[in-house]
Amino acid sequence: MLNVLRDLLRHDGRFIFGFCMILGIVFLALLYFFCPYDLSIWNTVPRDRPPSARYLLGTNSQGQDVFWYATAAIRNSLLIGIVAASLSRVVAVLVALIAGYRGGRVDRVLMSVNDSFVVLPLLPVLVLVASMLKGKMGILGLGVILAIFGWAWDARLIRAQILSLREREFTKTAILSGMSSLRLVLGEHLPFVIPLIMATAINNMIFVIGTEIVLAVFGLSSLETPTLGTMIYWSVNYQAMLLGIWWWILTPVVICILLILSLYMLSVSISDFLDPRTRLQVIKAKG
Amino acid sequence: MPLLRVENLKAYYLMDIYGIKRAVRAVDGVSFQVEENSIFGIAGESGCGKTSLIKVLSATFTPPLTVQEGKVIYELGNGGTDILSLDGEHLRKLRWEFFSYVPQGSMNVLNPVRRVRNTFHDFVGAHRVGAPPDFLGDVTEHLGHLGLPPEVLASYPHQLSGGMRQRITLALATILKPRLILADEPTTALDVVVQRGVVQLLKRIQAEQKNTLILVTHDMAVQANLADRLAIMYAGKIVEEAPTAELFGNPLHPYTGYLIGSLPRIGDKAYKVSAPGAPPSLASLPGGCRFHPRCPHAMDVCRTEEPELSDMASGHKLACFLHGQARRG
Amino acid sequence: MGRRDVDSGGSRLLSVEQLTKRFILGGGLSRVRLVAVSNASFQMGLAGPEIFTLAGESGSGKTTLARMILGFIEPTSGSILYKGRDVTRIHGRARRLEFMKDVQGIFQDPFDTFNPLKRIETYLRQTALNYSIAATGREAERVVGEALAAVGLSLQEIKGRYPHELSGGQAQRTSVARALVTRPSLLVADEPVSMVDASLRMSIVNLFRKFKEERGISVLYITHDLATAYYVSDRIAVMLRGAIIEIGSIDKVLGEPLHPYTRLLRDSVPEPDPRGKWTEEIELGTLEIKEYAQSGCKFAGRCPREIAVCRATEPPGVEMKDRIVRCHLYK
Repeated sequence: MLNVLRDLLRHDGRFIFGFCMILGIVFLALLYFFCPYDLSIWNTVPRDRPPSARYLLGTNSQGQDVFWYATAAIRNSLLIGIVAASLSRVVAVLVALIAGYRGGRVDRVLMSVNDSFVVLPLLPVLVLVASMLKGKMGILGLGVILAIFGWAWDARLIRAQILSLREREFTKTAILSGMSSLRLVLGEHLPFVIPLIMATAINNMIFVIGTEIVLAVFGLSSLETPTLGTMIYWSVNYQAMLLGIWWWILTPVVICILLILSLYMLSVSISDFLDPRTRLQVIKAKG
Repeated sequence: MPLLRVENLKAYYLMDIYGIKRAVRAVDGVSFQVEENSIFGIAGESGCGKTSLIKVLSATFTPPLTVQEGKVIYELGNGGTDILSLDGEHLRKLRWEFFSYVPQGSMNVLNPVRRVRNTFHDFVGAHRVGAPPDFLGDVTEHLGHLGLPPEVLASYPHQLSGGMRQRITLALATILKPRLILADEPTTALDVVVQRGVVQLLKRIQAEQKNTLILVTHDMAVQANLADRLAIMYAGKIVEEAPTAELFGNPLHPYTGYLIGSLPRIGDKAYKVSAPGAPPSLASLPGGCRFHPRCPHAMDVCRTEEPELSDMASGHKLACFLHGQARRG
Repeated sequence: MGRRDVDSGGSRLLSVEQLTKRFILGGGLSRVRLVAVSNASFQMGLAGPEIFTLAGESGSGKTTLARMILGFIEPTSGSILYKGRDVTRIHGRARRLEFMKDVQGIFQDPFDTFNPLKRIETYLRQTALNYSIAATGREAERVVGEALAAVGLSLQEIKGRYPHELSGGQAQRTSVARALVTRPSLLVADEPVSMVDASLRMSIVNLFRKFKEERGISVLYITHDLATAYYVSDRIAVMLRGAIIEIGSIDKVLGEPLHPYTRLLRDSVPEPDPRGKWTEEIELGTLEIKEYAQSGCKFAGRCPREIAVCRATEPPGVEMKDRIVRCHLYK
């Protein structure tokens, strides 16, 4: 793992850029622990002040410090993303492994269930669920719900990969070499599946963060919790753009763009690097 | 008048991947000539650089394959043009009309979502302004000449067998009657009966259109059946070149001897051997003659000096110190 | 499960009886039945170790047959008896290992036979350890070294290398070495030289000869290259669209082929001699799917000696004095 990181950091400019940005954003999220204000209380600071030495990113119409609010928002958005992506990975990989390796009826049943999830119209269902649970959700709940929508498509992708791996000649060689099924899956096939899992994980995170923002802007997220989405919601609600309080709306938008951009760069660089074809080229070049 | 003259061509793959720099010397000083209305064969094991050579000859090479030096001169009727000095637009005009390139695995290049006749239509349309009125008739006639039934025109590629697709690709490559066809392993991965059909097709095309065919394949039996003149390539260089009958009857280079002697034939159970060892990596070549680590006749001079391709007699060229070769410098 | 008599099982290494495999392609409303192997029967090893060729072009069913023998696919009907025991009834990991120890396989693509991301020697070492040929790492290394030496490679050449660092011939020989580690009695070689340069094929095929003579290993050699088949094997079965159409000794079948398809195959092998060029031009079939679907003999459309009954019924297997031919001409 570490030499993957080292190789990427040394030679891949895109990765370096994405990595630094993510580090910066995570740093901001960690700063939240030092937040001197209780963000559930309004009017802790004077309202609508522009950015200054005292208030780094100014203050909003609810009397909160935008900078510290942003650190909370980043933390929560990242948390939702990580929770949802991890949960959906676990489900996707399990379903793909079972369906891919067992085949037959088990495969058919699992894929029918999978297809039902794939065809669910995302936004209407989310709006429905969120409006029913509004307020009672909390960010972890939101993460779980978003995970439910994130596993189906990726499960199919991973299953397709597994099905093709089973037909490769080296699978037969491994069987003839006396390897147990577990050894086969972990030792022979996993190195091909991992880049796919990682790429889909990061893509899933992007999807989750983006969808949370969409829901929040519609007012369907958990509005008291600071997230990037709710920050936009409140600033729009208070008509920050019209009133000239640009720092309130611009902050979450810029952070969101940078976050998604850096995640995307990481995703592409990592999956490029771990892609068996690239690794083959590296092996050929070294040899 | 030779249709093609290659002069001291050097083309390397220059790679820089995650900090590792490599230079793979795929074509390392190759010179030869090809006469009109003939079949010129280039033979050699995988990894000897023949595919890279063909890519350069057809000007279809992209980085990391770059030409370091040398010329590829086609006789276009104006005293010879070095295609390496031409730009994209000129090259595009030459392709498929003057020379056409049939790459390896070309049975898979047909567009799977277009019927065969539409592929022909797209193709001809791209190279001539608008297709002529009786275009379909021309195509059917061309296919007929090549022994392909007209019903393939209405089919999709996946409905046809691999051998059939290969022959259609050859038909595509020849419908504009190019003067030079560059074919890279056209018979590999085909069943033996289909292979015979493709070989006969190539022969027929060349005989009817009186054009020139450069055939690259490792299969010496196919070369024996097709090529008029044969060049043997090893580790980026040509080591022997002669008319086919002369080469098979009197192979001078030890490598050629192995190539021919290792081929089994029905009716002959005598023990045969392949060349020992393996070809060198084109990124780290041995000093002196590139074949010396595997050569049973290696002498001291072979380890230190590289032999040059020079004329022996009756059109037979050889790069080997074994036959009284003049040494360099 | 019925066990055949030990004495008849012992003298026959492999006995394939009326083996059939049907695939159903597509689903729902459009289902196509493909008979990949149709009532194939042959025997190997009747009089000691032998090299038996299963020859045919693509779509002949030879690879499906090989996979059934190795136990990767289950037959639809028929039986495969190895040393008297039914191969399809081998269940459970222990029994399976016992079978695979004695019957090993090598495959077509030397660069896909090994995982391109792993070092090539791990497979050899794994084989030695998993089949209890070696108990420790050091012993395994010794066993691996011996197997590599038997195919003309040294441990230094292979150690630490990835598959793509070797040539096709070296990788394929390593594959043979891996199969050799368990000291099998039968080696199933599925097109082992098709993806190897023509000039390097001898290095692989000579190994089969050597192993038969020195170690008593029988080889089921599956190929479409009749030249190497002639060079190395004792007997041959020619397959066409799932059926074995001619079977007999290699000299007889390739020397004087009786079935028109065998003759066509033999005549289509290019001679490595500029003086032996083909004179006759041949007709090639166009749409494979037509041939699969036709009733009667599958070669009827292309056969130069076709008679009326050929399209009507499938020809029976005719036993002649030195071979079996499946053709109406010899009834």
